[in-house]
Amino acid sequence: MFADQVYILARRSVVRTLRQPANVISPLVFPLMLLAVNSGGLRSEVNLPGFPAKSALAFLLAVPFIQGALFATMNAGTDLARDIQTGFLNRLALTPMRRLALLAGQLGGVAALGLLQALVYLTVGLAAGSGFAAGVGGVAVLFAFSFLVTLGFGALGIMLALRTGSGEAVQGFFPLFFVFLFISSMAMPRNLIGITWFRYVATANPVSYLLECVRSLITTGWDGEALALGFGVAGTVAVVGVTLASRALGQRVARA
Amino acid sequence: MTELAIDVRDLVREYKKGPRAVDGISLTVAPGEIYGFLGPNGAGKSTTVHMLTTLLPPTSGTALVAGYDVVREGPQVRMQIGAALQEAALDPLLTGREHLRLQATLQGLPRADRSRRADELLDRVGLTEAADRKVRGYSGGMKRRLDLALALVHRPRILFLDEPTTGLDVQSRTALWEEVARLAREDGVTVFLTTQYLEEADVLAGRVGIIDHGHIVAEGTPAALKAEVGRPTVEVIPAQRDDLERMEAMMARFGEHVASAHGVAVRLRAGATDLAEIVRALDAEAIGVEHLQLHQPSLDDVFLAKTGRSLEGAADDSGLAMGMAE
Repeated sequence: MFADQVYILARRSVVRTLRQPANVISPLVFPLMLLAVNSGGLRSEVNLPGFPAKSALAFLLAVPFIQGALFATMNAGTDLARDIQTGFLNRLALTPMRRLALLAGQLGGVAALGLLQALVYLTVGLAAGSGFAAGVGGVAVLFAFSFLVTLGFGALGIMLALRTGSGEAVQGFFPLFFVFLFISSMAMPRNLIGITWFRYVATANPVSYLLECVRSLITTGWDGEALALGFGVAGTVAVVGVTLASRALGQRVARA
Repeated sequence: MTELAIDVRDLVREYKKGPRAVDGISLTVAPGEIYGFLGPNGAGKSTTVHMLTTLLPPTSGTALVAGYDVVREGPQVRMQIGAALQEAALDPLLTGREHLRLQATLQGLPRADRSRRADELLDRVGLTEAADRKVRGYSGGMKRRLDLALALVHRPRILFLDEPTTGLDVQSRTALWEEVARLAREDGVTVFLTTQYLEEADVLAGRVGIIDHGHIVAEGTPAALKAEVGRPTVEVIPAQRDDLERMEAMMARFGEHVASAHGVAVRLRAGATDLAEIVRALDAEAIGVEHLQLHQPSLDDVFLAKTGRSLEGAADDSGLAMGMAE
């Protein structure tokens, strides 16, 4: 019965997203547009001594994977906030549904869409001429990583929805997450960032390690340190996010 | 002794920095009964329903639903109840059939039964043709019917309906009343119905509890409550103004006079059965009648007698005072 509950709730999460074209198109189109603009504008940075990639496209291709996860945060959060506002969460709470099933279902749906996004970003990147240094095995690792990152950020979005009960509040956090993306190694490797304070901030910013994990698979191949740090940060975000979301769900659905 | 369907004792719900939304109510509902919980906005009706359906823990007091304690035995309570709450609580992006399948799965119905049960309920509430349309295209009445169907998926013994006909047109409201009455009559479902509509409580409920500012101010059958506050009055307007005095003298035989703007009104000593005698007496005295009307006490009169306010007037000031509590 638990598996049935998770499946039906995950299915609902996916179906709802697919029936809102804006929620499908925006996470796909916006990051790819930004990739196109930045890889054109930052083309000359590959000439910097020590630049780790042969093309700006290959270097920047990691960014959509993380941006897509941020969209997942917002979509997961606003959908659940809407359920709270309409009373649909109360309807679910009146069934024998286990709280963990609701969380797993919501996150399962979000993560499944995250995989779809990852497939699109990789396909477009390869079609545009970026290589993929880690090969077929690396693609599997990339998808596993995307799944984990989307899960973690999705859990944060769900936690925000449960704490605030408001879609507008969830959307209000979106710019904050984007700031974390911009003050990272998004556009430049950390060791080549000339401005000292920015380099320190980027080094302390966990998003840098998420980007570098994906980037290492695209440009380097198998970089154990980058993979370990990336998966470590993603795993930590996932554990923290799911724990906070679970606690928030317990408080929101304070039933016997 | 037959176990009560609902047994509430001194139930209280207090909000932080706010008034007591429910302030020590006690009530019982027998199996198969339709119990009407009537009161203005902000009276504590929805808060009571939320506590009885385990969505909100009481601050103090006890409540047994289907024999189970709402605080200590929540999962058992939820297995026995269905609820259609104040908000229709539907997902506009799912179809009616998808809602029912989701509900059936979460309620633990065997896989083989889910589709069949969905079809059966869609037919029962008249939504078969609209089953595969997204709910955002449904009218208010259709949403309420789907809401009711979802509450019935697992064949609950007790059904909670929180203002089920608010915002519906007359036709939709009547259809819903018929379905609720059928559920109680044919399926033996106990119904706990909250409403702010006098007519709804009067038509549907076997017993009514009237709540105001978190307290139950009156409880009983609609007829008994109305009889408590007074006997019916009859008002007659003569066709000729000259007959007014004769009419007053004649009508005095049937009860004491009460105020009337245009004719003669008396509170009937023997009740509505005297109406035929009054007509015969008017005929015998050859007094022509322009207008004759029997006024039965209403539940609003009951509310007025108990609280000093009309139910409609109470909706305005209770809502301001206690809107946040609901």
